[in-house]
Order: sequence, then C-alpha cells, then structure tokens
Amino acid sequence: MSVIRTENLNYVYSQGTPFKKAAITDVNINIEKGDFIGIIGHTGSGKSTLVQHFNGLLKPTSGKVYFNEEDVLSDPKKLRELRFKVGLVFQYPEYQLFDETVESDIGFGPKNMGLSDDEISQRVLEAAKIVGLSEELLKKSPFDLSGGEKRRAALAGVLAMKPEVLVLDEPTAGLDPYGRDMILDQICEYRKQTGATVLLVSHSMEDVARVAEKVLVMNGGRVEMFDTVEKVFSRGDELSKIGLNVPHITQIFMKLKAKGVKVSEGVFTMDKAVNELIALFEKEGKNA
Amino acid sequence: MEPLIRLNNVSFSYPDENDTKIQLLENFNLEIEKGSFVSVLGHNGSGKSTIAKLFNGLNLPDSGSVTVNGMDTADESNMLSIRETVGLVFQNPDNQIVATIVEEDVAFGPENLGLPQKEIRKRVDEALKSVDMYDYRMHEPHRLSGGQKQRVAIAGIIAMQPECIVLDEPTAMLDPQGRAEVMDIILKLNRQLNKTVVLITHYMDEAAMADRVVVMDSGKIIADDTAKNVFSQVELLKSAGLDVPQPTELSYRLKKAGIGIDCDVLSVDECVDAITRKLLEE
Amino acid sequence: MLRDVTFGQYFPMDSFIHKLDPRFKILLTFGLIIVAFVSFNFYSLGLVAAFAVLIMILSGVPVKFYLKSIKPILIFVLITAVLNIFYISGETLLVEFWIVKIYLEGIIRAAFVAVRIVLLIIISSALTYTTSPTSLTDAIENLLKPISKLGVDTHSFAMMMTIALRFIPTLIEETDKIMSAQKARGADMETGSLMQKIKAVLPILIPLLVSSFRRARELADAMECRCYHGGEGRTRLKVLHASYRDAIALISSFILLSLVILLNILF
Repeated sequence: MSVIRTENLNYVYSQGTPFKKAAITDVNINIEKGDFIGIIGHTGSGKSTLVQHFNGLLKPTSGKVYFNEEDVLSDPKKLRELRFKVGLVFQYPEYQLFDETVESDIGFGPKNMGLSDDEISQRVLEAAKIVGLSEELLKKSPFDLSGGEKRRAALAGVLAMKPEVLVLDEPTAGLDPYGRDMILDQICEYRKQTGATVLLVSHSMEDVARVAEKVLVMNGGRVEMFDTVEKVFSRGDELSKIGLNVPHITQIFMKLKAKGVKVSEGVFTMDKAVNELIALFEKEGKNA
Repeated sequence: MEPLIRLNNVSFSYPDENDTKIQLLENFNLEIEKGSFVSVLGHNGSGKSTIAKLFNGLNLPDSGSVTVNGMDTADESNMLSIRETVGLVFQNPDNQIVATIVEEDVAFGPENLGLPQKEIRKRVDEALKSVDMYDYRMHEPHRLSGGQKQRVAIAGIIAMQPECIVLDEPTAMLDPQGRAEVMDIILKLNRQLNKTVVLITHYMDEAAMADRVVVMDSGKIIADDTAKNVFSQVELLKSAGLDVPQPTELSYRLKKAGIGIDCDVLSVDECVDAITRKLLEE
Repeated sequence: MLRDVTFGQYFPMDSFIHKLDPRFKILLTFGLIIVAFVSFNFYSLGLVAAFAVLIMILSGVPVKFYLKSIKPILIFVLITAVLNIFYISGETLLVEFWIVKIYLEGIIRAAFVAVRIVLLIIISSALTYTTSPTSLTDAIENLLKPISKLGVDTHSFAMMMTIALRFIPTLIEETDKIMSAQKARGADMETGSLMQKIKAVLPILIPLLVSSFRRARELADAMECRCYHGGEGRTRLKVLHASYRDAIALISSFILLSLVILLNILF
C-alpha cells in the first residue's frame, strides 16, 4: 500500500528572482508502507529538497504529493497534522534543542499535538528508552549533554510524535563510528516497534547498505535509480559515473568478478561477503 | 633530532557543568617529528581534540610541559612564535573564516604578523593557488561549498607559513566530495609543501593515508605505529569504538575462518590481490 | 524569503567605481545625498539624477539590481508622494471634488520628493554594491581615526563590524533551518495571541543564541591561532590610497555641486 506518492513533482528555488534554480525535476515515486529506503546523491542533487515536500514544509512549484493517497495540500488546516505523521529529523538536529530540560524538549512535539500531560510523559519515556537516554539525563538541561547524547535527544523529540513515516536527513553526519552505530540501531528499533516507514537521506553508502532495503538515487534533481539495495549496488559502474562510490565491500566483489572469480553481484554487507568467500574457498579447496 | 612538538608528562583536566574536574590526560607523552604525517585516531571524547589545542598553547597543561621547537607553550612571550610555527585548522569551516571576501580572509594571519603589504599579497596568492582556490579569491565565503570553505581556511593557515599544520577533524562536516578535495590538499601539504601534518580524525580511511597512526582511547595511546600495523589489530580498534577499513575487516574475518590470506591489506586493490592470489594457490 | 534581499549586497567587479578609494566613496555618497536635498528645481535635481545614472553605468552593476533595491521602499515613496499631492496647496488648482483639492504645486512637490528618495537609494546602493563590506569598515575605521586619539578603540569597532557582516548570511541561513526544524515538530508561529506568539519565538531564538555563542567561541580560538592580538602592529593586504580616479571623481563632483548651486540661483 502506498504511503507517499509524488506525481510530476517539480520545485524551483527562489522563483521569480535572479537566483532561481531548479532543485527537483519530474519526480514520480511511490513509497510503500513499511519501506526502509536509503536516499543517496551529491550535495545539491535535490534529496533534502525532496524529503521536505513529504511533510509539507516545501510546497511544490508544480506536481503533487500524496500521503496515504490524499493530496497533502488539499486542506491547509491538515498540514500541521501531516507534520506529526511524517516526522522529519533535520541535519545536525542537536542545534534545534531549546527547552529547559531534555524531558520537556522531547515533549515539545507531543505537546504541539495537543496530547494530555500523561500521554506526553508516557511518550517522552518511550522515545527516551529507544534512544537510550536514562531518566536521570531527562532532568538535565539539553545543553549539558554530550554531542552524541544531544543528537539522540533530538531524534527522540521526533520519535515521541510516533510518526508513521520517519524521515532522517543525514542522521549520522559528524558522529564517530560508535555514535553512528548507536543511532542506526535505534532507528531500526523504532521501525521494529512501530512498523513505520523510514526514509534515510545519507552520503554514506555503508550506512545505507547496512540498514536500508531499497535505495533511491538522486542526481541533478532527478531520480536516477529506485530499486532494491542489491539491484542498485550491482550497478556500481553507473553509480561511479555520477560520482557516487559504492561500499568498499561491493567494489571488492566487482573487481573479483572482473578478474573472472565466480562471485555474485551486488554484495554489500560484510556478513554476506565473508560467507560467500568462505563457500568459494571451500569449493576451490575441494576441487584442488 | 629534536622533535617539532613534544608533549612531556602532560596532565590536562577541565571542569564539567557542576565544576567537577574531569581528568582527560594524565602523564601523557607524544612527540611529533619534523616533516612527518601523523594521524591521531579516536572516538569523540577520547581526548584527541584536546591534544590539538595543547600543540599551540590554546590549551595549557595542568602539569608537564608542551614544547614547540624547544619553546615552552606556557611561556606567554613565546605565544606568537609558537602559533606562527604550528597552525590549527578546525572542524567547522564557517566558524574560522573572519572576512567577507576570500582573499581578505587568507590575508588575516599575515596581517596579524605585521608583514609588509607586498609580502602579504604574495603569500595570499600562493596559499590560494596551493589549495586550488585562486579563482575564487574575490568570492564571498558564505556562497562556497563546505569543501571550498575548508580549503580557504587551510589557505589562511598556509599563508602564515607554519612548519606544522594540525587539522582537527577537518572533514567531519563535509560531504564525500568535499572530504576528497580536502584530503587531497592535506596530502599535498605533507608531500609537496613539506609541512609536518597532524591529522586528527575518526575516519579510518583518512588516517590510513598517514605515515604514522596514533590511536587514542580515554586519554591514552593504545597504538602508535604505521597504518598497516595499526589497522591489522582489528580487535583492538573495535574495542576502542573505531572502525577498520572494510578490506582489512574482510581479510581479517577470512583469516579467522581459517583461510590463510594476508591480513595487512588497507585498500580495495590490495584485498582483491590477496584473495585472487590465495585462490590461485589452492 | 530572507535570502532574496539585495539591498546592502556587494557585487565583486572591477569597475571604475569599484576601484575608488572607499573613504572617498563614503564622503562622496554623503556629499551627493546632501546635493540631492539642496536641489530646489528640476534643472538641478535633473543634473543630480543624470550624475546618479552615470554612477550606475560606471559601476558595472546591472541596472535591474538598482531597480530591485528601490522595490522594497516603493510603497513608502508612493505614500509620501500621495500625501504631498493631497496636502500641498498652491495657486494652480487642477482638480477639485468633495473636500479634495489637487494643485499643480502639489504634484510637482510629490514628484520632487519621490525622485529624491529614489536618488538616495540609488546613490547609497551604488556605495554598498561597489564596496566590499571589509573595505567599507576599513574606510570607516580610517575616517574615524581622529576619534581614536581620544581613546576610542576604533580598531575593535571596525573588527566587530567586519565579523558581524561576515556572520549575517550564516545566521540567516541558520534561522531558516531552525524554523523548519521546529515547524516539523508542529511549532505554530502564525496563530495565537501576542503572548503565545512571543512564546513561539523561543524555540527559534534560544537555539540561535546558543549556536551564536558556540560560533563566537570557536571563531575566537581560530583568530587566536592566526596570531590575532588586536590592532597593534597589524598591517593590511589592501592599503587605502587615493589615485587619479579619485581626483577625477573629486573634480567632477565639485563641478556638479557648483552647477547645482548655479542652477538653484538662476532658476
């Protein structure tokens, strides 16, 4: 079932000024309920612009966006409701923290939804649990947290709205490997608990390969590819042509194949790579 | 030979929000040799950024000493010569660009040094050319991409003609293209401009470009060796909350599964070679 | 959108006007504005307008940007003009209906005021379009030098101006971003009572302040690393010095001023 669908979506920045620039052109995509999609592309490829249409923050210059088969702009009054259903976590979200305590900051979204105090604190606790923030931390000022904790508190602020669709714009940017793994695991945990659709905008092919099931490749404001992870990463040469690097593991397999070694295409996780190579060596060993 | 920078028994602490002292470094020793390219690897909070600021006296040790070319950073009268010797580039390019025009920003350091106008002009032009930003000299910094801004920031340091350039996570806020641009320049600083380079990072593929890799975990050095020798210690790195390059991890896991292939591979090509070599052997 | 504002923007180019000494440009701008206000008849005002057009052409900045800079104050110009038309009385009555009387003098006066305001904008835009903010602050620092002898720290003042100018675009961008992020969490900034609106600003204002402090701290570190230690012993990449161009500009503005005075007396 479709949860988000776009129809001939176009967006032009600074329309009517000398600085006008097309950001996205003719985007027609259909996102199914429960999908986990990695969105990749260069800076300026339109990926951030695209996702800001999904919760109505940007209004298309032309074309339509549907949420649960309903035109998101059909009723301006419903726009705010849409933002609770399509939760958007911006880049470096820790810079949007503002409230006195972590608790009330996470509760900002639920409060705007008009929920009861009990319901708000319930949701804050649930969200804090997913992102691994202890109750003790909830009483602190958000500005006293460490960098990684701030990022997770900001993520919790969106999770607490229990969005049906969770959109994240480079949630791991600037984090070290430990912080990155933690955030990615927490996103997967939220999805497992709620069955939400997740869209992950990322520069990191490794991140996308690790968690996503489908990949949307943007290039110059257009959709270049939209398919399963295996299929997209098996088109490594085309990705390289538009300047995107496939994960190293995939590159190794592409090169092995080019050298005549019998391995499959589109291998993108470490586990799969190890298993396949072990099987290969065992077979060769027996033949030898 | 006397090292360029020497941290001798350094202890460093800072107060947290409740004014409790947090000890970051204790009896810490590190030497940076002239002309070397050293990377310091560690997760956030491992103390690696503190070290950068100790190098040029922006942080001063609680005890122990930091010397640059024999000059003690604790001696106020050395401050300007130390900062002229060791230049520092930070993570966020936006917050280190002072002027509203690229060339005027690059001129900021030489202006502070009180150089004659002709010399400033020469240094600004050379510095901008060495980071491939000469064509952008009249641009406004806020209209540049992240990678371009960071190159301008590096040019601002080059123009002071320091012996050593320390970069504190210079690519953490950049996209892959910007990262590649900046890494090219960093390599060039060491290989062509003969600068001593200290690169502080948590990206292992960047650290792998250095001649020497120092790995830090909770204020201590847990490894200090060539890139190959450091990255082959996969368990150690993982325990320090760090990644290893995927080619290294792949060969390591194959070896663990009983397939005897070389474990000290860093790049995709080395890994492919090691695997095909092994396949031919079998 | 905030980022579409053109007034006060610098266009890096290499024109005759760009190359003028910024100190001189500031003085010239003030001079021209005064001349525009002492022009009492159409001949003298026309002469100033012609001079402004000449500056526009010489500056190399596309005319449409000058027009754009007038746009935001067009309503103000129109209101002033309309008020003048209705309120100025004179001898030549043109139209009369109900209580409204429009005199020829009123229309002339309205045209005068409108032209003056437009000239004012064009002249000051020419200054900011052709002078980088840094040279502008340098020039101000230089012009204020006499005051520094009285113990006023003009260097710090100019440095603060430069940094403020440098960070305005960065902070505008950041404000945009924070606003979007809070809107995505359902922040409502448009509806509600005044008190609610003030409260709704906090989620934007606080992160903006916090981040400005962080930026200030980092910038201070970066400046220290680049050996900044105040204005003492500091040299400059661009030293201000007058050239033949400034002489030409000076002579022509003197001629203009004398002509304006002459025309004022003659007609």
